[in-house]
Amino acid sequence: MCLQAAGLQARAVDAASRTISLAMATEPPSLNSLQATDSESFFVLTHVMEGLTQYNLDNELVPGVAVRWQIDEGGATFWLRRNARWSDGKPVTADQFVYAWREALDPVNAAPYASILFPVKNARAINNGKLDKAELGVVAIDDHTLQVFFEQPCPYFLGLTAFATYYPLRQDIVEAHGARYAAESNTMVYNGPYVLQRWVHGASLRLVKNSAYWDVERLAINTIEIPYMTSSAAATLNLFKDDAIALAGLDAESLKEAVVQGYPVRRFRNGIIYFIQFNFRDGRASVNHDLRRAMQLVFDSATLVNKVIAMPGNKALDGLFPSTVNGVSEPFQREFPPPLPQQNLVLARETIATARRAFGGELPPLTLLVSETPVSVIIGEYLQNMFKQALGLDIRLDKQTFKQRIAKMQSGDFDLVLAGWGPDFDDPITYGDLFASWNENNRGRYSSERYDHWVAAGQQSSDPRARMEAMNQLQLILHADVAILPLFEGASVYLQNPALRGVGRAIFGGDPSYKFAWIEAANADANISR
Amino acid sequence: MQTFLAKTRQAGPLARYIGGRLLSGLFTIWFIATATFFVMHWVPGDPLSDEKAVSAEIRQNLEARYGLDKPLPQQYWIYITSMLKGDFGISYTQKNRSVNDIIAEHFPVSAMLGALAIVFATLGGIVWGAIAARFRNRWPDAVIMFAVILTVSVPSFVFAALSQHLIIKLNQATGVSVLPVAGWGGLRHMLVPALVLGLGTMAYLTRLMRASTLEVGSADYIKTARSKGLSSLQVFLHHELRNAVLPLITVLGPAIAAITTGGFVVELIFTIPGLGRYFVTAVQQLDYTVIMGTTVFYGAFLVLMVLLVDIVYGLVDPRIRLQGRADA
Amino acid sequence: MLSPVIPREYFEPLGRQQSEELITRPSLSYWQHVWLRFRKNRMALAALGVALALVLFAVIGPWLWPVDPAAQNIGSRSLGPTWSRSAEVVAWRPWRADSASWQAALSGTGIDIAVVEANTEYVRLLWKPVPKATRYAVYRNDQPELARDSPGLPLEDIAADAMPMLEDRLDLRERDYRYSIIAYDGRGDELQRYQIGLRPALAISLIDGQLQGLVPLELDSRQAQGLGVTLPAHPLGTDHLGRDILARLMHGGRISLFIGVAAPLLYVMFGALYGGVAAYFGGRFDDVMMRVADFVVALPFLLFMILFRVLFNIQPGESGITAMLVAMIVLGWPSTARLVRGQVLQLKEQAFVNAARILGGRPFYIIMTHMLPNVMGVLLVSLTFAIPSAIFTEAFLSFIGLGVAPPAPSWGSMCNDGIRTMLSHPHELLFPAIAISLTVLAFNLLGDALRDAFDIRLREGVGNA
Repeated sequence: MCLQAAGLQARAVDAASRTISLAMATEPPSLNSLQATDSESFFVLTHVMEGLTQYNLDNELVPGVAVRWQIDEGGATFWLRRNARWSDGKPVTADQFVYAWREALDPVNAAPYASILFPVKNARAINNGKLDKAELGVVAIDDHTLQVFFEQPCPYFLGLTAFATYYPLRQDIVEAHGARYAAESNTMVYNGPYVLQRWVHGASLRLVKNSAYWDVERLAINTIEIPYMTSSAAATLNLFKDDAIALAGLDAESLKEAVVQGYPVRRFRNGIIYFIQFNFRDGRASVNHDLRRAMQLVFDSATLVNKVIAMPGNKALDGLFPSTVNGVSEPFQREFPPPLPQQNLVLARETIATARRAFGGELPPLTLLVSETPVSVIIGEYLQNMFKQALGLDIRLDKQTFKQRIAKMQSGDFDLVLAGWGPDFDDPITYGDLFASWNENNRGRYSSERYDHWVAAGQQSSDPRARMEAMNQLQLILHADVAILPLFEGASVYLQNPALRGVGRAIFGGDPSYKFAWIEAANADANISR
Repeated sequence: MQTFLAKTRQAGPLARYIGGRLLSGLFTIWFIATATFFVMHWVPGDPLSDEKAVSAEIRQNLEARYGLDKPLPQQYWIYITSMLKGDFGISYTQKNRSVNDIIAEHFPVSAMLGALAIVFATLGGIVWGAIAARFRNRWPDAVIMFAVILTVSVPSFVFAALSQHLIIKLNQATGVSVLPVAGWGGLRHMLVPALVLGLGTMAYLTRLMRASTLEVGSADYIKTARSKGLSSLQVFLHHELRNAVLPLITVLGPAIAAITTGGFVVELIFTIPGLGRYFVTAVQQLDYTVIMGTTVFYGAFLVLMVLLVDIVYGLVDPRIRLQGRADA
Repeated sequence: MLSPVIPREYFEPLGRQQSEELITRPSLSYWQHVWLRFRKNRMALAALGVALALVLFAVIGPWLWPVDPAAQNIGSRSLGPTWSRSAEVVAWRPWRADSASWQAALSGTGIDIAVVEANTEYVRLLWKPVPKATRYAVYRNDQPELARDSPGLPLEDIAADAMPMLEDRLDLRERDYRYSIIAYDGRGDELQRYQIGLRPALAISLIDGQLQGLVPLELDSRQAQGLGVTLPAHPLGTDHLGRDILARLMHGGRISLFIGVAAPLLYVMFGALYGGVAAYFGGRFDDVMMRVADFVVALPFLLFMILFRVLFNIQPGESGITAMLVAMIVLGWPSTARLVRGQVLQLKEQAFVNAARILGGRPFYIIMTHMLPNVMGVLLVSLTFAIPSAIFTEAFLSFIGLGVAPPAPSWGSMCNDGIRTMLSHPHELLFPAIAISLTVLAFNLLGDALRDAFDIRLREGVGNA
């Protein structure tokens, strides 16, 4: 019955033509590497572009356009491979990186991720319009040697170079198309393993092997078809059931259905952390330490993860760093265990009584700001009721749509906010500097001199052990000050066609990655729907 | 404008009527654009903000890029003048795409799907409604009533998801791909989504048809026709049907506009690249240019559909005199 | 062929008779007729009964079933209808199996895998290490009876250890599970697979018991361990956060019935009046009024809802029901207006209206006695469809934070929540959907009965046979 179907309809995994079909949540909002900020755009960019370095299947940095490099306190030098080419056959050269980085910092372009280039000398001043972009601390010594000067020592710089903002850009192509650059598949060029052959907006994308790519022989998938765009997990699962797509992300409900169908379910921890941040702005009730401490004393992240979210893979979070973060030689959590929660209802009620006295006998209602996505609302409603039952707190849930929630986060119109953070690059500092007093993303305006001190130490020290020690200090300070209530670390739960192998699930950059994938011909005839 | 008015005066009464309606339609659209523009800027939120915050400097750069640093009246003026030139600007979320492109690429999809949905809804509504009226208070009426209530009391997501399940079961049972589960392509892709999309309207039209058939059925001219000895089928086809569908036509104009743009759930489940999703997400994302573009476009479409329906109405029902109303 | 003989006296005139002009029935006004006919319609009375029952359910129900609709029992989430059950209190502590107990659990021949404890708070398993294994992947099949071959959910990856063990706390229910432990070597090849089936005993965590007042606060974890408590009954089950669905339906009915009946009544009435007036006077006046209607239809609804919320200055946690009502009325009337206008345009050209006008009927009189009964049919259809649409609009607005504040329930939002679990726990969708259907059904039948009652022409029973 499966064989009949095969003749009539393109299968999700086609061994003969080495083609796979996929679904995507939405249309990629921007394939201009200067403008991209979202996971869909990063997913496509990872396949069609390549930076100095890239991540392999195990989320480790490996050479990309650069073959080797040397990094010290003052800067870095990258030696570029001579066979790296763009899809139109022109070579990838060092000055294309210089051009891209300057453009990213040019105020006229208003690149949202410009700040990721700030470790480069003069980058911040250029972005503020105080210096000309020609002053940027990066030089193309020759076509294949790129030299970078740092503003201050930056031991984690290598991890940044895989990020989309660091990709090279072709000045001739960008200028030829102007605002239409990367708006269509034919208004950009590609230096990555794949090229975007066809792009029907809102409907479909087709990626095909880039014959000019330096490592094209290694690629085992010829064509990646993305004929479906939907953010509905139910629709995605149905497409997978019909053998129309090779990979399907699951939510709690479609997961149950997938298990009933007998599909092998996979999971992947994506390094995204979720937490409640308290507001430390003047006049907010959440400034009261006893109030926050009492909440810390009744909250148990394991209950939240196991009973409220109830999806495998999601993991209780007690410190600041998820299980995906590496320490000096082992996982960070094993080297520096986070402070464990100590649920104590009696002590919590004593503590809240102290807080109540500080407010003159009556605690004001607290506003918990959440987005309108189902999972956020469920967590919000759980916390609302739990804190009411345990501490008698009156928590008002403030559900807001995307932009309204962010506006409120920015203006500080909340007492508690449910927030998440995904890492940008492979270093614990991408989480650690989040609560530094100068960080724009520190929405609660938590400010601690000790915390700032250890962030600075972690950013600049070149001794790995001292840096990890600094990171440990950060999680201890956050716990002692109850600046946040860590909730959980996220996971993707998904189905994958058994014939498709070697799909990389990426913590940093575009996810998932099919750059290293192959089709196991023996499994290709086994229809997924049996 | 003057010559246009002059021309319409010389033309026939219908052309004059249409000309006048188009002119007042322009005013309607201008009102819609103005109201939406100011409300949009007034509600809290900021189209440039994102989950990850940007520094004050980058923010300023962004504001300058989108012209948000200018005073609001000036922004309004810029917007209205470029709108008159037919330029709706560049989307804030789809960063390299113009709103014109978005509408031009996605509206045809919505229009095709919407047209089919309206056909399903109208045909279904007339047939089921007429059957329910003919078998009034007997079992076919009760069954149709039950189906109608079920349709309006259950969120449309449920029907979309269930129909997708059924397609999979069908495909698995027959071993061939009878219908695609989702996606966009030929007529095969459209059938089930259009049916689901038209379901609510079909339910509404069914009840409306039933009510108006009963209304018409007791009118004097029907009694006359019957007493002339015409068979009940002839009476139904020649007299009742024609008069009973009139109320349906009145609601059809806004219904066409609503169905063509309101297919968010159906587009999501069946992965259809229509315009519907932009109506919902643009407001949530506070994508200023897309909100304005889609609202103005929708307004214009609505004005045209309503006009079209009014003209059709006048043609179907000679009792209503379009041009005559001016001197009433 | 016989010609009939007609007696001559047949052609004699009768004398004047009193009974001829006598009014045998008391004179009834139009509205009295309406009520009389309505009362005779048994279906209508049944519908009225259902509508009243729904109102009573929402108004008095919460006194009869005094359960807090917001109270969560996180240990009993997504339950089908259940009566009270007894459960055991367990206090979770980190699990450290020592070598002796580990060996004791696995002693005996042929035992590769052992269950140390299994309750709905945690399941603890041990197994014999597999030689050369570098890691174990642990799976749990939640429905072994439905999907025999599936390993199920991927629970955890465990690095090989001398004493491999696993604690599972993920979403445990009182049902059969089958655990699979697959041992892999360094190359990722499967070495061995252990399987074990179990059924956890119903338990409640100490803190949950204390929060719900089932366990005294002064008991510490040692004293409370193993204590038996009785969990409350849930006649219609619980939702995804363990809240009682019956209580939520009752409280939700207050919001949904209010918004679902008040808003449509008001905006349908306004729309009817607006459309009727526009059509009756016609001409330029009608033109302008209908362009205003087009204007209102074209406004982006969501954006203006946000506007109303700002205008009414609704703070987080406060109910936005008034703002919602006002907004629905302001934005909802045009479709009815258009419908009624169409009907009136048609009616006003009809002979009986002309006659009334020629006889000197004033506009108000003509609209009320000649037009209204004739548009009643479509008007009531419009009204009955406005009810579910208002209920779901409320749910949508509440969903994006513009409606009632959580944790207050409404039928629409319960429906929307139920969608998420419609395959695994259909009751969470079913019960609110039934409540909405009953409401729509009741008002539909009421509407039909009213229409028939209003329709003077249907006086002699069935209108068109």
